[in-house]
Amino acid sequence: MASDDIWILGIAMTKFGKHSDKDIVDLGAEAVMAALTDAGISMREIGVLAAGNLMGGGGFGQMLQKQVGQTGIPVYNVTNACATGATALRTAIMAVRAGEVKFGLAVGAEKLAGAGLLGGGGSAKKDGNKWEPKGRFGSVAPTDGRIGTDTMPGTFAQVGMEYGHKYGGVSFELFARISEKNHAHSVLNPMAAYQKRFTLDEIMNDMMISYPNTRPMCSANCDGAAAAVVCSGETLKSLSPEQQRRAIKVTASVLTTDPYQEACQVLPDVNTLTRNAAKIAYEQAGVAPSDLDLVELHDCFATAELVHYDNLMLCPEGSAADFFDSGATWRTGSTPVNVSGGLQSKGHPIAATGIANVWEICHHLRNEAGSRQIVGAKVGLAHVIGLGSACGVHILERSGR
Amino acid sequence: MPTQIPHVSYLELGDRPHLVAHECVACGARFFDRRNACANCFGTEFRKAMVATEGVLRAFTIVAFAAPGVPVPFVAGIVDCAGTSVRANVINVDPTPEKVALGMKVRLTTYSLGVDDEGVEAVGFGFEPAP
Repeated sequence: MASDDIWILGIAMTKFGKHSDKDIVDLGAEAVMAALTDAGISMREIGVLAAGNLMGGGGFGQMLQKQVGQTGIPVYNVTNACATGATALRTAIMAVRAGEVKFGLAVGAEKLAGAGLLGGGGSAKKDGNKWEPKGRFGSVAPTDGRIGTDTMPGTFAQVGMEYGHKYGGVSFELFARISEKNHAHSVLNPMAAYQKRFTLDEIMNDMMISYPNTRPMCSANCDGAAAAVVCSGETLKSLSPEQQRRAIKVTASVLTTDPYQEACQVLPDVNTLTRNAAKIAYEQAGVAPSDLDLVELHDCFATAELVHYDNLMLCPEGSAADFFDSGATWRTGSTPVNVSGGLQSKGHPIAATGIANVWEICHHLRNEAGSRQIVGAKVGLAHVIGLGSACGVHILERSGR
Repeated sequence: MPTQIPHVSYLELGDRPHLVAHECVACGARFFDRRNACANCFGTEFRKAMVATEGVLRAFTIVAFAAPGVPVPFVAGIVDCAGTSVRANVINVDPTPEKVALGMKVRLTTYSLGVDDEGVEAVGFGFEPAP
């Protein structure tokens, strides 16, 4: 191991689902303590804490320290939409890489069970009012629902449909079959919020949320947390053989935002920044998409998974539908995607997602994934995207020891 | 005293309602909202540019589940108006996958959002199928 390599020494996630008896600090503490145990170190050794939480009131990191150890280290409270967890991880990695700390800790926790529809809204005009232009669009009434949609299911539905317009080959059924795959995968994941296999008919005939996304094709709002301990190769050399054996190398850690594109003001562009992040990540890691043994990508909606096959360059440009049809992304295929069940069944406690998907990859690279193990997995990629936008990509490799 | 007010400031009413964008003088990037500088080239000079009133539906969704107070179902979409992307509802059409198609030709139309206490009518826009 090279001295300046970055390694995940310990990583953990809580079960995703409904944790009505726990608050975000409980969930975060559970993940942190498990990650420290997994790493074989204590809070005393941690030099920096990057704490992600999106929907809480702020100050999550300090609240968490009160429950797991107030050692006076710097806390970075981070929010970056659905890329919050990946941003926390990247923050800890940057601190280690800069040589400021030996061990960095990243955590993401969210309480989202029963949150319902995200995005959209705005109060209706009351009777007796006067039309008055407000905001940057000078609007006299809410625009959501009158000038397009602000809802997440609707936004990502359009992302998938736009891909269809550009390249053809998409249909309601195609998107539903992507969801069928992820729900089928979830049956093997005891950490998933939902472990239910659906038939294609059940998915297509479930409640329509925003065509072509029905309810099971949407990410599941739930509670959960995940945490990771990172260190440098130099530090890892000083640790025990067992710690070295289980450590997972972070060969790429990338965060991007959406560069200007003509249409990005009317439909968030989730493509360019993902493609940019992927390009940088493959270059950093020195691997090609064909080297990936498994991928956890941001399937916040079935319509999103399709476009990210292309954005992550898992298939030639424009051929995501054919790629899926070939069976490549099933766990038995050439590039298994979302063997955890993905956000549609594992769940999407926003700030936890970007670390939990790294946990899933590490679990396979450590050969500890039990019945859902991808046999012989050596290299994996974890991807998240948050609207606004932010994209995190991490490539991980097993140590080979 | 005007009798009509547009839903958003980038809708110009009158005999031929149309959308207007803030166009960056330096690079031509178009924005519907107020901008401090151009997101593409950082230029700070903008001019008004009329957006074509006909276009092609490049993406759509049929929203069946929305925030309280938003009537459903409705068709939300992205219209390519001769190179300028516009976000809008597709109206005057059945909100079903059988009646709305990617690539369909649409044109700008307006409708009333209601009248306030002072008798001013707010006017919104959408796109409807074009022959």
